[in-house]
Amino acid sequence: MAFFRSHILVSVDPECLKRGAHDIVDHLHDELVAQGLIDEVQVLETSRIGDPYAYGPDIMVYPEGVHYVNLTTNDIPYLVHEHFLKGRIVQKFVEQKPVVVDEELGPPKPKEVRVVLRNCGKIDPNNIEDYISEDGYLALAKVLTEMSPEDVIEHIKRSGLRGRGGAGFPVGHKWQLARASQETPKYLTCNADEGDPGAFMNRRVLEGDPHSVLEGMIIAAYAIGASRGYIYCRAEYPIAVKTLNIAIQQAREFGFLGENILNSGFSFDLEVRMGAGAFVCGEETALIASIEGKRGEPRPRPPFPTVKGLWNKPTNNNNVESYANVPQIILRGADWFASMGTEKSKGTKTFALAGDLNNTGLIEVPLGITLREIIYDIGGGIKDNKGFKAVQIGGPMGACLPEKYLDVPIDYESLLSVGGLMGSGGLIVLDDETCMVDIARYFMEFTQDESCGKCVPCRVGTRRLLETLERICKGQGRHGDIELLEELCENIRSASLCGLGQGAPNPVVSILKHFRHEYEAHIYEKRCPAKVCRDLISYEISKDACTGCTVCARNCPVNAISGERRQTHYIDPDICIRCGICAQVCNFNAVMIK
Amino acid sequence: MAIKSETLEKNNPLLVPETKKMIDQILEENKDLPGATMVILNELQSKIGYVSEPMQAYVAKKLRVPQSLVHGVVSFYSFFTTYPRGRHTIKFCMGTACYVGGAPQLIEKAKQILGVDPGQTTPDGSITLEVCRCVGACSQAPVVVVDEESHGRVRPNKFPQIIRAIQEADQAR
Ligand SMILES: Cc1cc2nc3c(=O)[nH]c(=O)nc-3n(C[C@H](O)[C@H](O)[C@H](O)COP(=O)(O)O)c2cc1C
Ligand code: SF4
Ligand code: FES
Repeated sequence: MAFFRSHILVSVDPECLKRGAHDIVDHLHDELVAQGLIDEVQVLETSRIGDPYAYGPDIMVYPEGVHYVNLTTNDIPYLVHEHFLKGRIVQKFVEQKPVVVDEELGPPKPKEVRVVLRNCGKIDPNNIEDYISEDGYLALAKVLTEMSPEDVIEHIKRSGLRGRGGAGFPVGHKWQLARASQETPKYLTCNADEGDPGAFMNRRVLEGDPHSVLEGMIIAAYAIGASRGYIYCRAEYPIAVKTLNIAIQQAREFGFLGENILNSGFSFDLEVRMGAGAFVCGEETALIASIEGKRGEPRPRPPFPTVKGLWNKPTNNNNVESYANVPQIILRGADWFASMGTEKSKGTKTFALAGDLNNTGLIEVPLGITLREIIYDIGGGIKDNKGFKAVQIGGPMGACLPEKYLDVPIDYESLLSVGGLMGSGGLIVLDDETCMVDIARYFMEFTQDESCGKCVPCRVGTRRLLETLERICKGQGRHGDIELLEELCENIRSASLCGLGQGAPNPVVSILKHFRHEYEAHIYEKRCPAKVCRDLISYEISKDACTGCTVCARNCPVNAISGERRQTHYIDPDICIRCGICAQVCNFNAVMIK
Repeated sequence: MAIKSETLEKNNPLLVPETKKMIDQILEENKDLPGATMVILNELQSKIGYVSEPMQAYVAKKLRVPQSLVHGVVSFYSFFTTYPRGRHTIKFCMGTACYVGGAPQLIEKAKQILGVDPGQTTPDGSITLEVCRCVGACSQAPVVVVDEESHGRVRPNKFPQIIRAIQEADQAR
């Protein structure tokens, strides 16, 4: 009997057959013969391997267990030569795994300190015993048996923990205000709305370590005397909602929630409420209105929620990450927490790295670290050897900071002093092929769309800002536009009711300040220096580089590209919508932007 | 669940006994909760697929609130739709990371293949295109969410496969 060192399983599922699986089998066979490998490698037909609609025709190679997908007969000679003769896995044919959550959060990188994220990815979030074995609910037990509510508040105040939802209000101080309010019942809310695009820290904690948030909330409820809590989670996070509901159920079964928690006489219960896709509901008074079942419109403060919140009763609202820090501060001590960070910004903060970076994903670092350390030491620098242009921090109410601010320490005050904002922790890094005017326009489109419309400066002002920016991007900018932008920004900032309107001009202002020349190039020279704005560029195919492979013509969404196979292709500028797909798919860099 | 076409025209699942039963059950389970309106609307949206005018009127009646109030809530939140979506939904994330990561190109591609704009459904009722804000998978940008499943790092030339897979699954239905 022949001894085969390798086996190739070819999927002959009906869909793969339709896509030519039998041809693949024949070609594999012929090629193995041709390369003298037919006695060493066996080809077998099998039923479906991967999803045939996504991957067919596909094959599985043992003993390596490599899944090669979307093969054509043309790929076979190379594949056989590389894999079976040279023993090298051909990465370009290997199945690209769809979104795997753990790409987000690998093992801690140098300079990281994990407090809030310590359990994420390590414990089973759907099993409360996993959490308990990591000292879970020990802090709650300590609080209920050894500490008075005042002790708890004092302890949190001493740790220096500040709100992680953006504004950085001291958590202990807020609890004290809520405790001091006389009316009952009191409520507790957890802001899990995480609306900033580019931010996904809260989601990961909710999905990976939900009990840390619950425990923090129960401790807070004890401290302020609340009897009922709500976690307001955005509808875009269905898995988080599911995980939380399981966690709440288990916490009830273990006696951490409900009547007479751990026989202390203290009772508290909570539930999850879902948002429905409105960014402004992250603002705390809007969040409260939404939980009450109303339109999520903000209202003026004062009165603050600690005095009049849910159903007009005193309500303490904190962010997911704020609560998740609490059990650790109780267990490891206020001094331990205060030993990390800067003088006024203590502890660690999670950040979501996204954009043009080599290592995107979640990190947790001590406050006071610089943007440069995050981007280069942890983020691995800019992707594809391009240059750094800006980092967007603080979400749609935040700022775009240029290179010269990369050494500013990240803490609440330092960021404010350079016109930035801590925000919730989204960091989007932009490379030098990004058009900053387009980014300003993008953010204005966002805020304009998300403005609840309750007050005029925000509703009308953001629309006018957007119109002006759109005009500039189209090459229809006029003298005086920059001054118009500045004036609009100032009016919106000073006259809007809530943080959305007040913060909406920030991206535009920061870009005006640091990238003014880009606005000027658009307005005065009708030129987009980064070659992004569609009305100011054109696409052409280079005679020298084009091989006539037809891939661009096949991918153009409007059929603007013509040309015979192996002939230089041509883009009809009148049809072209300048989407840039051709440049993305060309393997020879033959598409040039003019 | 397959909804008969005459109900779609009238936009009123209350006329169908089985969907009416579901709606009644949702109302019964939640109507006494504080802040019930949002909870009920979210449930209706996820289980029935939309919250049309007749449904809003019904909810208002059961909760003993003016219909204008329910309508005000429905129109405020972008997740609530007043018409049925297609059998499948393709959502394009247009959050910051996905925007700079190439989401606009994917939308062009989808428009070309399906002949409808975001916010619209293909004439055969199979696929609805939607644009949404950050879905929280930014490190995988650009992200496309098909029904409940998210696909990361989608390139324009791989994207037609995703659409084809939906169409074929739909035809096999
Ligand atoms: C437009 C707008 C959106 C907001 N979005 C969020 C959010 O998604 N998550 C959050 O925790 N805080 C958000 N905030 C801040 C909240 O209003 C509030 O300050 C915060 O939840 C308080 O919690 P903390 O003190 O623990 O940070 C937002 C504020 C504004 C003005
Ligand atoms: S500032 Fe904008 S979002 Fe805030 S209340 Fe006014 S209109 Fe609504
Ligand atoms: S920006 Fe698309 S997932 Fe966050």
